[in-house]
Amino acid sequence: MIGGLFIYNHKGEVLISRVYRDDIGRNAVDAFRVNVIHARQQVRSPVTNIARTSFFHVKRSNIWLAAVTKQNVNAAMVFEFLYKMCDVMTAYFGKISEENIKNNFVLIYELLDEILDFGYPQNSETGALKTFITQQGIKSQHHTKEEQSQITSQVTGQIGWRREGIKYRRNELFLDVLESVNLLMSPQGQVLSAHVSGRVVMKSYLSGMPECKFGMNDKIVIDKQGKGGTADDAGKSELGGSGKQSIAIDDCTFHQCVRLSKFDSERSISFIPPDGEYELMRYRTTKDIILPFRVIPLVREVGRTKLEVKVVIKSNFKPSLLAQKIEVRIPTPLNTSGVQVICMKGKAKYKASENAIVWKIKRMAGMKESQISAEIELLPTNDKKKWARPPISMNFEVPFAPSGLKVRYLKVFEPKLNYSDHDVIKWVRYIGRSGIYETRC
Amino acid sequence: MTDSKYFTTTKKGEIFELKAELNSDKKEKKKEAVKKVIASMTVGKDVSALFPDVVNCMQTDNLELKKLVYLYLMNYAKSQPDMAIMAVNTFVKDCEDPNPLIRALAVRTMGCIRVDKITEYLCEPLRKCLKDEDPYVRKTAAVCVAKLHDINAQLVEDQGFLDTLKDLISDSNPMVVANAVAALSEIAESHPNSNLLDLNPQTINKLLTALNECTEWGQIFILDCLANYTPRDDRESQSICERVTPRLSHANSAVVLSAVKVLMKFMEMLPKDLDYYGTLLKKLAPPLVTLLSAEPELQYVALRNINLIVQKRPEILKHEMKVFFVKYNDPIYVKLEKLDIMIRLASQANIAQVLAELKEYATEVDVDFVRKAVRAIGRCAIKVEQSAERCVSTLLDLIQTKVNYVVQEAIVVIKDIFRKYPNKYESVIATLCENLDSLDEPEARAAMIWIVGEYAERIDNADELLESFLEGFHDESTQVQLQLLTAIVKLFLKKPTETQELVQQVLSLATQDSDNPDLRDRGYIYWRLLSTDPVAAKEVVLAEKPLISEETDLIEPTLLDELICHIGSLASVYHKPPSAFVEGSRGVQHKRLPPRSGSGESTESPEGAHSGGAAIPEAVPAVIPSQGDLLGDLLNLDLGPPTTGVAPAPTSAMQMGAMDLLGGGLDSLMGDDSEPLGGDIGGSPAIGAGFGGTPAVMPASLNAPVGGGLGDLFDLGGGVGTTTSAYVAPKTVWLLAMKAKGLEIAGTFSRRGGVIHMELSLTNKAMSVMTDFAIQFNRNSFGLAPAGPLQVLTPLSPNQTTEVSLPLSTVGPVMKMEPLNNLQVAVKNNIDVFYFSCLYPISILFVEDGKMERQVFLATWKDIPNENEAQFHIKDCHLNSDAASSKLQSSNIFTIAKRTVDNQDMLYQSIKLTNGIWVLAELRLQAGNSNYTLSLKCRAPEVSQCVLQCYETVLKN
Repeated sequence: MIGGLFIYNHKGEVLISRVYRDDIGRNAVDAFRVNVIHARQQVRSPVTNIARTSFFHVKRSNIWLAAVTKQNVNAAMVFEFLYKMCDVMTAYFGKISEENIKNNFVLIYELLDEILDFGYPQNSETGALKTFITQQGIKSQHHTKEEQSQITSQVTGQIGWRREGIKYRRNELFLDVLESVNLLMSPQGQVLSAHVSGRVVMKSYLSGMPECKFGMNDKIVIDKQGKGGTADDAGKSELGGSGKQSIAIDDCTFHQCVRLSKFDSERSISFIPPDGEYELMRYRTTKDIILPFRVIPLVREVGRTKLEVKVVIKSNFKPSLLAQKIEVRIPTPLNTSGVQVICMKGKAKYKASENAIVWKIKRMAGMKESQISAEIELLPTNDKKKWARPPISMNFEVPFAPSGLKVRYLKVFEPKLNYSDHDVIKWVRYIGRSGIYETRC
Repeated sequence: MTDSKYFTTTKKGEIFELKAELNSDKKEKKKEAVKKVIASMTVGKDVSALFPDVVNCMQTDNLELKKLVYLYLMNYAKSQPDMAIMAVNTFVKDCEDPNPLIRALAVRTMGCIRVDKITEYLCEPLRKCLKDEDPYVRKTAAVCVAKLHDINAQLVEDQGFLDTLKDLISDSNPMVVANAVAALSEIAESHPNSNLLDLNPQTINKLLTALNECTEWGQIFILDCLANYTPRDDRESQSICERVTPRLSHANSAVVLSAVKVLMKFMEMLPKDLDYYGTLLKKLAPPLVTLLSAEPELQYVALRNINLIVQKRPEILKHEMKVFFVKYNDPIYVKLEKLDIMIRLASQANIAQVLAELKEYATEVDVDFVRKAVRAIGRCAIKVEQSAERCVSTLLDLIQTKVNYVVQEAIVVIKDIFRKYPNKYESVIATLCENLDSLDEPEARAAMIWIVGEYAERIDNADELLESFLEGFHDESTQVQLQLLTAIVKLFLKKPTETQELVQQVLSLATQDSDNPDLRDRGYIYWRLLSTDPVAAKEVVLAEKPLISEETDLIEPTLLDELICHIGSLASVYHKPPSAFVEGSRGVQHKRLPPRSGSGESTESPEGAHSGGAAIPEAVPAVIPSQGDLLGDLLNLDLGPPTTGVAPAPTSAMQMGAMDLLGGGLDSLMGDDSEPLGGDIGGSPAIGAGFGGTPAVMPASLNAPVGGGLGDLFDLGGGVGTTTSAYVAPKTVWLLAMKAKGLEIAGTFSRRGGVIHMELSLTNKAMSVMTDFAIQFNRNSFGLAPAGPLQVLTPLSPNQTTEVSLPLSTVGPVMKMEPLNNLQVAVKNNIDVFYFSCLYPISILFVEDGKMERQVFLATWKDIPNENEAQFHIKDCHLNSDAASSKLQSSNIFTIAKRTVDNQDMLYQSIKLTNGIWVLAELRLQAGNSNYTLSLKCRAPEVSQCVLQCYETVLKN
């Protein structure tokens, strides 16, 4: 299991060091600094073995988190734990920075003592942790006996992510369907690979221990219902609009509150949600993706010292919808000396430090197209190596789900308290963003 | 709250100030001071001097302060064990606190204080906490048992904590169950045979129930534990799989991977014709693909595991090629892994796409990545015949880029393509020759030279080209030198008229001016061949080569199976068994996949069943030059430098088909020449390595049935001598199954009836039958050599062990080894040749007539100069002089005289070694003292150390 956990700043100075196992000595702290942080080359692996000791590291801004072990640990678990550790710290004091870590080192040690015991990860749900690890140490003194046992039963209990006795005057929930659409297209416009990775993020402000059931236009569910003759299910389009009938989901994963065995057998998504914001599910689709933009590149080399670039973008969705925050990034060779750009819409600039022309458009409606052309002057070089022509990448945000996913319903039952599904105010929002959206040129 | 200020106090006298503050009356000030202490501790300052002052702060009702003090205690208790005792009372008191959080905190911290005295006090509180009414305390106590076990295993057993821990598996709280499972698994790992985690259907059922209810981490503990269970039959296996599959949808990747591990393992037991088997296969793909959208570090772990999974069960991901396409922004470690998997998944169906991608990658920036991409194109050509032509033209395009490392890499792979598809693509040779000058890496140079030599008849200026290399012959690496020698000989055989001078030049360079024995030996062989029978030389050097196989660098099947049992863990990331990187007893156990179930598969051969229908060649290793894996293993075997005997250094063999060829070399050696290894050619490497460069030679002897010939050759029986009471060490494993394609060899040495025996246990851990065993020794210090063939009469079936006693003679070739009693052994079977080295006790060399005359003894003792005397102490021996003397006598250490002076017994002893060396000894024993003193005198003082070892083993056993 994890033998120790260290946090370093960018210089390699230790900010936090907690050792859990006897086989990890103080010299391990230095070994990682010398061999990884101060190493000259680029990091070649997130797992490093130095003198029979394995180091797992992740980096958040310029902070290094390293877990150390001498045993054959579950590597996936160690990384998941490090990410979780970051989440917990962020939930407690915001951004992970040297300043914040130094300011909260006592708290971090307290957390590390709680969520990692002898190197075994323990309950690390912030909801539960915040009930008894507080920045005001005094608060914990005033728990009554009932409160204490409530805390411990929550930390160890079956529903470790939610405490009892939550009350809201207004029962409300927000559902965000956040998708990132990824594309790799050949210069000729052929889709090499495309997929959507989506997340359903829920903010729940519900009283008691509500039992929830979530439905979407999952092809498997719809087809099953179609056969059963109950096509006009009561929940249909209660929240979502019409549109594509159903979508094929390649795979999905759920927050630990979802009853996985029930999903496996009935494909129904039922759960008792944590309080506040959390990620209900993640999913991935590859079929019938609506690609919001098409990029058509044209690069011509004029002699050895000049490049002509023309890029057309076309929006491909309902004209009534607006895409926002559009940014097209056209890479330029390293020996670029000057760039002239002309664009019909938005603003374009050559950024020498990034070796790219960045073209920004604030808004763009569906079924439109726009164009940029640029002349790139090159310094003559005797570098034999050809310019690698990195792909043209694009960023944007659209108000729909490129996968076609629709929320069909989210039902809430709380048998003990007297509010019903109809009393809950529900909000649904769809946001499609670009993931890695690249066109080779 | 800004705690960062605590990091900034660096002035002198700090410790004094802190001391004052710690003893302050004000609570706030105290707390501030402790925080400063912890901050100093974090940055590595020694604040242990403050121990008593900090411990004084422990008695507080402020929980935050208490936790800080505990943190300090955990760090320094070990260096101040006496002081740490001061804390015990508080701990014991806290364990009774009404607040469960405090009880748990106390027991958790106490377990982290690794001081023996404290652990004694820990037992009672721990016992109570394990039965605490609060689950939070119980789950903490469960882990504490593992902590205590790590400090004092005996104590945990004596106190019966293990049973309590086992009871916790039936606890009502899922988290308690999960922690108990984790603790038990860890303890069980250090007691491999304890059967501590007694997994039976009832406990499995409890675990599966808890699986649905506990935290994500708990699920991982439980799944990892489940993976160690072997279901009784396919039905149980299926029902467990059914209950584990829902975990594949968990958001935590580690849960998913651990579930995959359980499924991959238990699937082995399911009959393939079962519907469920197919369903399960289909269910595995999506979650594996989803792992690739995780953070890059996890992607890396996932990819390393997927690499194993596609080798074990290629069918799972065969349609998922696209998801492994490299993204521009992927970290380099993700890119390299993806590339590996792309090659493994490449097939006729997707080759066009793959090639287009690879070509794209070959223009990227990172040198390693580009090289690997180029190499991948070559591998595609070899793997998918239909694509070969396109691959070759892609490679030619890349050569045109003139980017140095791309060109070199392309040439290396093109050489392989030539070997795979002879007489098909030679038209490109002209283009390759254009780039001759830019090659500066040995591998590329050697490849190019091979091509020139191989196709000398089509290259008009082949002689000029080779001659140009010859100029700097001595500056080239061995690889290039060997290749150049072979190429020029080939050229000479093809165009004898113009190249006579050239061949003489290279032969003289290789034989006279070089001090590399491999090169020299190869040179001599060619020389002799050419001068005695040029026709035979032609047949040998220009013979048809065996085609190279398509599947490359696959992980060896037994290792692969073991790694499958470690999915998700570090072992799967390193692609090494845990024993390779974990110290101590942990992880030494080798995990195995459960045996396949029989139903519906009776018609399949064991190999087929084993590899799951995968195209994994079992018996013959596929070797492609650049893939160092197999060769690497060879090198790991502690064999001496290339100059020493049996195992020719693989590097010398131009790597091409090195394994096969070495095997062939050994075969032919034993078939042709009854004098084992050596002779006038100058040692075996000449033969093994000499032919290495000319792969043409071996196929005939490679495939010839060797066993028969060998059997005839040595007709000495493996006679079993009379047993004496001499001590024989228990067998130790000399050759691991993993390193030897499933053959495990354990053994020891004995001397019976005046004959030395090597007692061997051969175990077949592979899935196929092994036959045709033979053995050879490298030259060694005492000329040990097999006195007969290795008599394994019947073929060795899978999982069978056979005991062989091999009589040894001491008339073999002699060479001094380091250490002296080191013996390097080569064992061959129908699969391959394996090398290992072992140490023999020198006592097997002590002859029966080693009793010296008293007079001679005295004279010799005086005669041997004093600097040759070595004195040793043998500790902890409890024999009296007579017992010792008789014990030693049975190992042919003879007592000549005994003298008693001042309550001290002196035994004068003599030993004679097989090679006639006498060792004289004086052993001093004192009654009531268990330390003996041994003085050894010998004309060859090097043996003293070995003799001492014999005394020790004989006296103590």
